[in-house]
Amino acid sequence: MPDPGLIMYEEEFKQIDAELHRLHQQANAKVAFLVDKNGQLIASVGETENLDTTSLASLTAGNIAATGGMAKLLGEKDFSVLFHEGERDNIHISLIGRVILVVIFDQRSSLGLVRLRVKKSAEMLAQILQRILQKVEQTKAPSGAGGPGKEQPKSPFAEITEDDIEKLFG
Amino acid sequence: MSFINYSAREINCKIVFYGPGLGGKTTNLQYIYKKTNPESKGKMISLATESERTLFFDFLPLALGTIKGFKVRFHLYTVPGQVFYDASRKLILKGVDGVVFVADSQAERLEANIESVENLRKNLQEQGYSLDGLPFVVQYNKRDLPSAVSVEELNQTLNPKGAPFFEAVAPQGRGVFETLKEIAKQVILQIKKGS
Ligand SMILES: Nc1nc2c(ncn2[C@@H]2O[C@H](COP(=O)(O)OP(=O)(O)OP(=O)(O)O)[C@@H](O)[C@H]2O)c(=O)[nH]1
Ligand SMILES: [Mg+2]
Repeated sequence: MPDPGLIMYEEEFKQIDAELHRLHQQANAKVAFLVDKNGQLIASVGETENLDTTSLASLTAGNIAATGGMAKLLGEKDFSVLFHEGERDNIHISLIGRVILVVIFDQRSSLGLVRLRVKKSAEMLAQILQRILQKVEQTKAPSGAGGPGKEQPKSPFAEITEDDIEKLFG
Repeated sequence: MSFINYSAREINCKIVFYGPGLGGKTTNLQYIYKKTNPESKGKMISLATESERTLFFDFLPLALGTIKGFKVRFHLYTVPGQVFYDASRKLILKGVDGVVFVADSQAERLEANIESVENLRKNLQEQGYSLDGLPFVVQYNKRDLPSAVSVEELNQTLNPKGAPFFEAVAPQGRGVFETLKEIAKQVILQIKKGS
């Protein structure tokens, strides 16, 4: 497998959620959300009630993937920031390693402010993601030295039966 | 690449429908969308040309139920089958957990099927995947058409490793859910193996 699956634990999820709340507030944004590069929504804050965040997540990932493909053709590594301007709402997309940070804002904010706040949050989010990766590594590594791992949740999926799967399609 | 969220108690998996142009990939998703009750599905997104050929992808999120207390979400994607959209196909394969190959059973499309399987193999390899190590299901679609080749012959050319296969007529739904169920099962068993 080229890439281990992304795993989100309670502790880091809370940290991400807190960081998104901070960003949402300080940038005067309508919505802020984090998406996995494959289009899976990780967390979202703000005015999301009337927003189809699942679709937005998938399209965001498609957008980043397409521009990433364009970047490679130009010999660039990636385009790490995308900005789309609308009549009412604007969308700011930035790539942070393997996740994508999306901020939607209107005239109550500005591109300058959003850019500034996104930069700060990106550093924080990158650190949290780094910690998740370390945790995943530790969980996968054969336990011996014990390591600093504290509350490694035991995988509930080891016990899945065919019956469980059948029931999904009831 | 599945995404397991212990905080939201969710598992997310990505399933990609691959195959030659006009083979019926989009039709599979449309049928699944039509027959799934509203609380189990999200919006279906189709990025298509004006003539309804897939341009980038179709996307359909499904949340069918729970396993071990975790909500299981499947994100279904189709690729554009037309040969010249290869760059887009590569992008959509990123992070895939399982592949459905939708073959067009018509004799005149045999060559296109072969080309598409080879293309799939190559694109997976470029990303470090191997088709043989990945959950994989073959669907022989368009069984209703008079020029449909026998399943034995199709298996010989397109499915030499003997992956699970289903006959289908996607617009009528024949074989569609059988295919989905099989790939979902394989993907979940893969998660079990990895845990
Ligand atoms: N007779 C018949 N027609 C089918 C069947 N499945 C799909 N079609 C038709 O074939 C045409 C192409 O189907 P699509 O689902 O758009 O094909 P696709 O694989 O998504 O094609 P691309 O997007 O170009 O890759 C449509 O007109 C469908 O109605 C089938 O089993 N039998
Ligand atoms: Mg299509």
